[in-house]
Amino acid sequence: MNSSVIVFPGSNCDRDIAGALENLQFRNTMVWHKETVLPKSDLIVIPGGFSYGDYLRSGAIAAKSNILKEVVKVANDGCLVLGICNGFQILTETGLLKGALLKNKNLKFLGKDIYVKAMNTDNKFCNKYKHGQVLKFNIAHNEGNYFTNPNHLKELEDKNLIPFKYCDEKGNINEENNPNGSLNNIAGILNDKKNILGMMPHPERMIDQIISNNDGVNLFASLLN
Amino acid sequence: MKITNTIVEKHGLKPEEYSKIKELLKREPNFLELGIFSAMWNEHCSYKSSRIHLKNLPTKGKQVIQGPGENAGVIDIGDDDAIVFKIESHNHPSYIEPYQGAATGVGGILRDVFTMGARPIALLNSIHFGSPGHPKTKTLLNGVVSGISGYGNCIGIPTVAGETKFDSTYNENILVNAMAVGCADKNKIFYSKAKGTNKSVVYVGSKTGRDGIHGASMASAEFDENSEDKKPTVQVGDPFTEKLLMEACLELMKDNSIISIQDMGAAGLTSSSVEMASKGDLGIELQLDKVPCREEGMTPYEMMLSESQERMLIVLEDKKEKDAKKIFEKWDLDFAIIGKTTNTNNLTLKFENETVGEIPIDALASKAPLYDRKWTKTKLPEKKINIKDLKKIKLEDALLKILYSPNQSNKSWVTEQFDQMVMTDTAQRSGADAAIIRIHKKEKAIAVTVDSSANYCKAHPLTGGKQIVCESWRNLIAVGAKPIAITNCLNFGNPENPKVMGQFAECLIGLKEACEFLDFPVVSGNVSFYNGTNKKNIDPTPVVGGVGLIQNTKNKINHLLKKEGNIILQIGKTFGHLYQSVFFKEIYSITEGPPPDVNLPNEKNNGMSVLKLISDKMIASAHDISAGGLILALAEMSMSSEYGLKIEKPQKLSNIMEFYFGEDQGRYLVEIEPKNLQNVIKILNKNNIFSESIAVVQKDYFEVLDEFKINTKDLYKTNNKWYNNY
Repeated sequence: MNSSVIVFPGSNCDRDIAGALENLQFRNTMVWHKETVLPKSDLIVIPGGFSYGDYLRSGAIAAKSNILKEVVKVANDGCLVLGICNGFQILTETGLLKGALLKNKNLKFLGKDIYVKAMNTDNKFCNKYKHGQVLKFNIAHNEGNYFTNPNHLKELEDKNLIPFKYCDEKGNINEENNPNGSLNNIAGILNDKKNILGMMPHPERMIDQIISNNDGVNLFASLLN
Repeated sequence: MKITNTIVEKHGLKPEEYSKIKELLKREPNFLELGIFSAMWNEHCSYKSSRIHLKNLPTKGKQVIQGPGENAGVIDIGDDDAIVFKIESHNHPSYIEPYQGAATGVGGILRDVFTMGARPIALLNSIHFGSPGHPKTKTLLNGVVSGISGYGNCIGIPTVAGETKFDSTYNENILVNAMAVGCADKNKIFYSKAKGTNKSVVYVGSKTGRDGIHGASMASAEFDENSEDKKPTVQVGDPFTEKLLMEACLELMKDNSIISIQDMGAAGLTSSSVEMASKGDLGIELQLDKVPCREEGMTPYEMMLSESQERMLIVLEDKKEKDAKKIFEKWDLDFAIIGKTTNTNNLTLKFENETVGEIPIDALASKAPLYDRKWTKTKLPEKKINIKDLKKIKLEDALLKILYSPNQSNKSWVTEQFDQMVMTDTAQRSGADAAIIRIHKKEKAIAVTVDSSANYCKAHPLTGGKQIVCESWRNLIAVGAKPIAITNCLNFGNPENPKVMGQFAECLIGLKEACEFLDFPVVSGNVSFYNGTNKKNIDPTPVVGGVGLIQNTKNKINHLLKKEGNIILQIGKTFGHLYQSVFFKEIYSITEGPPPDVNLPNEKNNGMSVLKLISDKMIASAHDISAGGLILALAEMSMSSEYGLKIEKPQKLSNIMEFYFGEDQGRYLVEIEPKNLQNVIKILNKNNIFSESIAVVQKDYFEVLDEFKINTKDLYKTNNKWYNNY
């Protein structure tokens, strides 16, 4: 499977995500933000980081970059697109995913391990997880507080477009285990066609038992399925 | 402009220093030259009060590639890998403007590391604030922590360890020390020494603005009631640009274009150009019209003294300018050839076709003032307290009070603001004795820690100096790492005060003795004097950053309890030293008396034996016993694990408080499976090491027999409560 990782000057999870993909034998290409042509890809990943410094609004400038215009085109044609952390923020800024990521409810950067529950495994990104499985991921963001209008929120729930929700160790979903204030404990969402996933937690940080755990491996393995 | 006495004084120069300038130049300096002398001769850049003491520190060792004197220290960790690291203070700016002060502190130390060709792999910090009740503390705390987090998170280097402490001595002068650690190919280390004449001197990075002018001079004076006015001397950080600069420099370093490279830190363009020329025994000529400026109409004086961040100076090999320029353009950074190396041994400054300044390099560097300041010894304080005379307190109450106290409370509210996992090699995050960073794509890892014990150093600087080195050593051992070398950040008051100078001199003697004995050399460091306000000096606060090596990351170990039924063995002897302890301070507000004695042979013997037991896989978990004593160390082993402990009461010591809260040095706690116990004790006996088994791992409860029994979850809650109530 051919993957492309988009590299903005302020990306800082690009190397991590490339490592995760290469571990699973993806043929991966790093694509510099000034490029105007995308290599032929089955999967495009927009990694975490601070794209262009994010001094304006996270992802706002990146969404207007040359390469993102190309990403939007192929995404609309059905190419798989995964946005993690800053990548999720960028995807909402382009409109590929609806809603917005506001400042965390405690107004501080949050870097910690959290639990998410796999809510929908019937999609290209999550098919290796068991429905209801509790996963330990890591978050590291200032703006991860997912917000959208009530109609869209209802649509997300009704159409089962929320693959991950924040929960506790046992899988209970409640406000106490909502680290950043996201509506309905949303940790990630899919678009209608389910070819685009945006998520705040970092699965690429959970691929090695010595460092953390292996809970992220199946996300990448699912894509190969 | 005529140089008057007032102008000289405003530049922080003493009358006799000004006379020396005239003598060296054989004329009066002009205003620009005076500014340059002031930037180079201040305490922060010249180390004029500390140099004669620093030179006694052991700086060599089998694994040392580069000791102090460069941008950072370099050690060899085998397989052509080198670790580059340094700690630096940003105290004064952080007090005036906490967010930017702390952020640029991180930025500055990162540049020191990647300037040498290393990719930074970890950040650490040691931050000291005034009393929590002081009106400024909360704002300073929040500002500093978010400044560190804002910079480190954005650039994408994990912040993995640190310490956050409170004491009224820092009410008017907080400490913000940042440490950076990088990894490089040992055959591709870059230095600041220029070589060859007529080579291009290149400016890269951000444009020069009017920020931070005279920052280093500000950091070389005490604060007074007008300190707020110094805000314009604080620089403003831009982590995004630093990221670009880092990537561009590392990209340029892949080929052989660079002769010499130096970041523009304190005293900006002045100190970087002088440093390069001085080390290379050359002259340097700068065409100041070519300096990329952020603002219009900037004068040579402003350009030379600006401390705008995220800038580098590079001396390039011939004909490499075009390729180098391409790299910096790719990263959207300024690139300007602003001068050349010369054989004049002068710093020559040209502006609008005129020579506006010309100073012999040695007058700025090797001939800078050097002081052997007066210093007085600190006597070992007497032991005057009889614990039997103190009001009785229950063991449980004392423990809970200490767990709730600001200094001993859990600091996850700080560390959760840091990205600890980016780069995906953090094998042990903060909260342990030391953090562990795997070397990318390799089996081995390094362990890193920062430590300080200001109250020990105040009570007896000589012992305190030894103790912090030992503390660092123990913290590395306790995670299974072999200690290699340290960096130090020496935060002291006014060196013109003989008592302060004595604290400095004696702490350094202590550091030296311990480093020598433990074969734990100093490879880099920084001195920060004039920490104080209105003649009130801070307590002496040397901070030590230690680095150790773990051959295989799989062999890492931490302090969390692993299995029910395992035995906890205390290694090293408890004498019950309560003076300068957390117990005396938090429970009785007693701050007098001597610090615990440091026995270097025991320290070494105990440490090496523990390390051997860890590598032989005889130990399930390990923890250093430090501030708070045995009981706090035991509580720490339980609180974040799934288990509690059943603790026996001591047979011998007459007072259990001495046993549980004494801060005797050289002690560890290790968790051992019952089947290994006899064997471990045999090995320890053979090495003449005192050990005693003191507890058994059990489910759920932390219990001292005949004293108290408490659920470990409640201990954890108490330990986490303070900040939420702050």
